[in-house]
Amino acid sequence: MSILASLAPVRTMPQARFGAVDPRARVVLSVGFALVTVGLSELVALFAALAMATGLMIMAHLPVGSTLRRMAAMDLFIFALIAMLPFTTPGTPMFTIFGFEASREGLYHAVQIALTANAVALAMLALLGTMEAVTLGHALHALRCPERLVQLMMFTVRYIEVLGEEYARMRQAMRARGFRPRSNWHSYRSYGYLVGMMLVRAIERSERILGAMKCRGFTGRIPLLERFEMRRRDWQFVAGFAVALAVLVGIEVANVFV
Amino acid sequence: MHIVDGALSNPVVIGGAVVALGGIAMGLKRLPVERIPAAGVLSASFFIASLIHVPIGPSSVHLILNGMAGLVLGWAAFPALFVALLLQAVFFGFGGLTVLGVNTVLIAAPAVAVHFLCAPVIRKGPARRAAVWGGVAGAASLAMTGVLVAFALALTGDAFVPAAKLVLVAHAPVMVIEALLTGAAVMLTRQVKPELFMKEAWG
Repeated sequence: MSILASLAPVRTMPQARFGAVDPRARVVLSVGFALVTVGLSELVALFAALAMATGLMIMAHLPVGSTLRRMAAMDLFIFALIAMLPFTTPGTPMFTIFGFEASREGLYHAVQIALTANAVALAMLALLGTMEAVTLGHALHALRCPERLVQLMMFTVRYIEVLGEEYARMRQAMRARGFRPRSNWHSYRSYGYLVGMMLVRAIERSERILGAMKCRGFTGRIPLLERFEMRRRDWQFVAGFAVALAVLVGIEVANVFV
Repeated sequence: MHIVDGALSNPVVIGGAVVALGGIAMGLKRLPVERIPAAGVLSASFFIASLIHVPIGPSSVHLILNGMAGLVLGWAAFPALFVALLLQAVFFGFGGLTVLGVNTVLIAAPAVAVHFLCAPVIRKGPARRAAVWGGVAGAASLAMTGVLVAFALALTGDAFVPAAKLVLVAHAPVMVIEALLTGAAVMLTRQVKPELFMKEAWG
């Protein structure tokens, strides 16, 4: 798989149903969802959060197959981290594998983490991953993120694709010379030179960019022209989302005090 | 290694966010407007570099290169790596939202540390010696990241201590790869474009 192919989701899927919802609202709501979900501890509430995230995924018209594959890649990571939890948490023994006792508490904790991580990642992909990266930058700016950080992000977004193509070209040049990556000194040195050359070309490109920007009257400020407006439908979406979050909290509280 | 949402305890997450905010503010303060294009382009190249898979034995690892990022960017590594992590989280679902601060610290703090330890030696002297120090920087930054990840896990709870040890062990082979690669990259850049490390203003 080429690097550019793996970058593909950076581009939007314009048919996203809440593509019309104000990007600022989506940023705030996804942070809200993450904070609430991380705060949940009851499995019922966490399953509800995951269901809500799945609903968002469907609403966003995310390609289900590739999204779930992506989640599975993340879950391999999580799995490595939490698979040991049942065996390392003291508590009521549940079953034994090769003489190691798994505790109910440990398994509970592991499931909690898996549900939380998946719910937040899925909601984030649905709410934020479907917007143009530049729009995200504008939204963050409108939400009073430091201007320079937003500018830095815009530059990064703009040049990821350009540099990805540059990397692909250099790799192709290496292949044309018969380079085949193996676990040896020659391969590692070649990769190191590749990275070094990428950085050199990048910095030289940035000098040309700055020159071109100065020609066009760059004074250190990049005016961000996009203006956002919260419309009636946006407020409705926010209200609905807030109710859903309140329900999550409600489920949690109800289960804690039962 | 990205830590996901819900794995760490609240104090660790909040502490990480506070430290990350401080580091980002420090990096932005020392980032003159004229350098933003350079920082952005470098941030993009480290994003691309993190997608490169390098063979190691029967398996392969992806690069982190936070040592190289630190050597080139100094304090600016904090905002630059934060941006790269934010984009990875939002568009790829790697890592999480509430742990963004912790993840930034895990990657960027070693980068800045390596900058102060190794960049002065790399700027001057023969390229070969610079390359050796580049290798040291690559290994040291990754080792520090491994220790920080283990530390964040161990602080969260005793049940994570074995996982933390596993993380440390898993970082060892990657450390060797990153050391070799960073050394070679420094060797090349010192010969082709020595100014890359000369940006005093990044510091």
